[in-house]
Amino acid sequence: MTDVILAGIGQTEVGEHWGIALRDLALTAIRQAQADSGGLEPGALFVGNMLAPNLSNQAHLGVLLADHCGLRGIEAVTVEAAGASGGAALRQGYLAIKSGLVDVALVVGVEKFTDQVGAGVDAAVATTSDSDFEAVQGLTATGQAALLMRRYLHEFHVPAGGLAGFPLVAHANGAGNPNAMFRKAIKPEVYSKAEMLSDPVNLFDAAPHADGAAAVILTRADLLPKEFSHPLIKIAASTVSTDTLALHDRHDPLGFWAARESVEAALHKAGIALEQVNFFEYHDAFSLYAALSLEAAGFAARGEGWKLAEDGSIALKGRIPCATLGGLKARGFPGGATGVYQAVEAALQLRGVAGSCQVAGATFGLIQSLGGPASTSVVHILEKIG
Amino acid sequence: MEIPRHWRLKQQRYGLVGEVCPHCDYKIFPPRDVCPNCGDEAKTLYTFSGKGEVFSFTTIYEAPTGFDHAAPYTVAIVKLDEGPMVTAQLTDLGDQPIEIGMPVEMVTRKMRNDGDERGVIVYGYKFRPAVVAA
Repeated sequence: MTDVILAGIGQTEVGEHWGIALRDLALTAIRQAQADSGGLEPGALFVGNMLAPNLSNQAHLGVLLADHCGLRGIEAVTVEAAGASGGAALRQGYLAIKSGLVDVALVVGVEKFTDQVGAGVDAAVATTSDSDFEAVQGLTATGQAALLMRRYLHEFHVPAGGLAGFPLVAHANGAGNPNAMFRKAIKPEVYSKAEMLSDPVNLFDAAPHADGAAAVILTRADLLPKEFSHPLIKIAASTVSTDTLALHDRHDPLGFWAARESVEAALHKAGIALEQVNFFEYHDAFSLYAALSLEAAGFAARGEGWKLAEDGSIALKGRIPCATLGGLKARGFPGGATGVYQAVEAALQLRGVAGSCQVAGATFGLIQSLGGPASTSVVHILEKIG
Repeated sequence: MEIPRHWRLKQQRYGLVGEVCPHCDYKIFPPRDVCPNCGDEAKTLYTFSGKGEVFSFTTIYEAPTGFDHAAPYTVAIVKLDEGPMVTAQLTDLGDQPIEIGMPVEMVTRKMRNDGDERGVIVYGYKFRPAVVAA
């Protein structure tokens, strides 16, 4: 079967870009990715976005961005799966190349949170939960995480501050990423004194919503330009699993079933064991989701994921480095762009150009993009092949 | 305001009407016509008792549009006595501390307004600490 090669990457700094429109964020990332690929011309565009119809009153992003970014005329659609939109768009790009129907695919994730502020943003994000039976009760995305976190602390007798290691590692790593929203390590006291968002989720347990765009170019090895000089990276596996949309419909809400299934299937497809994974870009929209994702993937036993943050296992030199360029917590959480940022960051690691965030000798990177509390889980394994 | 949408859910919002699977007797809320347990068709209506216990809970301080007037408020996942779980606000708490496992019962309360667009108020189920006969 055809190998899908990740040939080009681009990204904007993640942050509050009050002066830059959604289309221009995307343009920056797309131009970078095209240049990085040696000038490949995409035949199809897959846009990962979560909330533009709500936050920017703008739907139809496929044609908007194709037109705006000098690609008028090509196939172009939006892929939406809440916070997993970026991962889901990457999956569509992968399928397009793998099938042989598209020669060069462009995947861009873009999110523009700052077109609105306040209660409207919370309401928009809540549309990604079950509107009739969750959001109507005033439940927010942060509230969902809080319901799970309280139950987790209760069931597994986790001490106060037991999850602090996740934001601490994320911020330490974000300090080395020039595109991160937060580039400063934080001290444990900062976590313990943080204000409560929805108890027990505090300000540092929740990744900040932010603007950003990231792009990747996918193609086949035989179509790479002659002067292509980057180490070769292929997508060794691409999987998607879904759970119930509403948390209350799950028999085992702390199980993150879709997260587990998608990782298991991806490892099988890539033909590798979990121990061969050199780093894991998880979807740490909330500290607890990092813990549950580590457990679901098999890096930790049930109820013990938090210990990997506490004992240094997820640090850059640890057993399984996570959030290596800051993760959602420190790089920032640009909604539907997030999954594409993860792919860009994994490529930086595998190319060996991640600077002070570099994981030494990385060959396999596992990236996981979640929609809601792992209602959707999209997993890719990236492999350095030369 | 999405009036038809709230209107068509009136049996669930006011009466906690779900379904029971005629094949495996699994109780279903909210109704979904396909049994999540055995996969067969399940359209037999079933009215829940409204009794249950708190599975987990949290306080919402930063509320979405339509709920800002009520913040802070408490949202819980309630495990109904018949089996399914439901997301709902807790109300009538007074000074009583909430705990996982606390028995609660359904009541009908105002849930949100439409920000004075049409003056429509949405009512539905919330849960309060179970009242014990003295």
